[in-house]
Amino acid sequence: MLGRRAAGTGILPNRLSELGETVNLAQSHIATDHTASHPALQHHFENLEQQREAGALGMWVFLATEIMFFGGMFLAYTLYRTQYPLEFASASNHLSLPLGAVNTAVLIFSSFTMALAVYSAQTGKRRAQIVYLGLTILLGLTFLGIKAIEYYDKYKDQLIPGRLIPSRPFDPHGVHLLPGANPRHVEMFYWIYFAMTGMHAIHMIIGVVVLSVIMFFAARGRYGPEYHNPVEISGLYWHFVDIIWIFLFPLLYLLGRHLEHGG
Amino acid sequence: MSEHIVPLRIYVTIFLALLAGTTLTVWAGLHDFPGKLNVIIALTIAVIKATLVVLYFMHVRYSSRLIWVVFTSALFWLLILFALTFSDYWTRGWLSVY
Repeated sequence: MLGRRAAGTGILPNRLSELGETVNLAQSHIATDHTASHPALQHHFENLEQQREAGALGMWVFLATEIMFFGGMFLAYTLYRTQYPLEFASASNHLSLPLGAVNTAVLIFSSFTMALAVYSAQTGKRRAQIVYLGLTILLGLTFLGIKAIEYYDKYKDQLIPGRLIPSRPFDPHGVHLLPGANPRHVEMFYWIYFAMTGMHAIHMIIGVVVLSVIMFFAARGRYGPEYHNPVEISGLYWHFVDIIWIFLFPLLYLLGRHLEHGG
Repeated sequence: MSEHIVPLRIYVTIFLALLAGTTLTVWAGLHDFPGKLNVIIALTIAVIKATLVVLYFMHVRYSSRLIWVVFTSALFWLLILFALTFSDYWTRGWLSVY
């Protein structure tokens, strides 16, 4: 149909032949690009490089929404901390600093192994890739285990806020109050502590599930130097969750230590 | 723009720097610094650690402009969230009308 219309006008044939040349050029370009025939390449992408960029960009847009999401909670934290500084410091001192610090190291280590998993995929080291993914998952589970111990300690000390546990309503008697702190405002710290660390833990659980799926496909040899978007973007997510903890740790665990120990 | 593979040496360096940052932040947290310095030190270390993760572990340093734009715009909106909220809370006591 296009051909018939082109024949009827004076200008179009020229244009068409130009178009034809461009198409030919594009095809010859594709032909030399060996990634264009890769089985993992989706039909709506020119080549694997474009597909990789698009995938990473999509994950970054999602992470931007995640920054907003956690940002709201960090804002709530900042507001109430400025409102009740002594109560926040007292409640924070009751958290276990050793467990929090160890968990920070565990998470940083897991971020490192995640980066190495991506590196192994990029350089085509399949066994190393599986080992590092497995290590990342194990470290993620270690983090969640330590978090569970901390939550259990809060349960024992009746520091689960409100009446979430009907038989053990919130009671701050176990918290050593700094001079001038009002016990009535201690609970707010624990609401924020559980909301933020809980939301972070949910992200960790999702991350562990995602990485398990990635490891399953990695074991089947799906990812190599040419195609590893899923490994890469899961890594982006994992590192993001690590960054949230990098802020949560000093803000929740370290904010009042200097008032008690004073050096 | 083809994919940049970050050398192993950089990953190890960043990992060690992050561990050092964690140790430093715990150490600083146990010492009483004058004024608001404790918070400032803690947040500065956290921001440095997060920047290292974003630039090297998340490859942003080697990524396209488009990814830079998405990331910095997220930070920009976060800034608006904090700035507008605190312009309210911090100025509430300024007028004695109420």
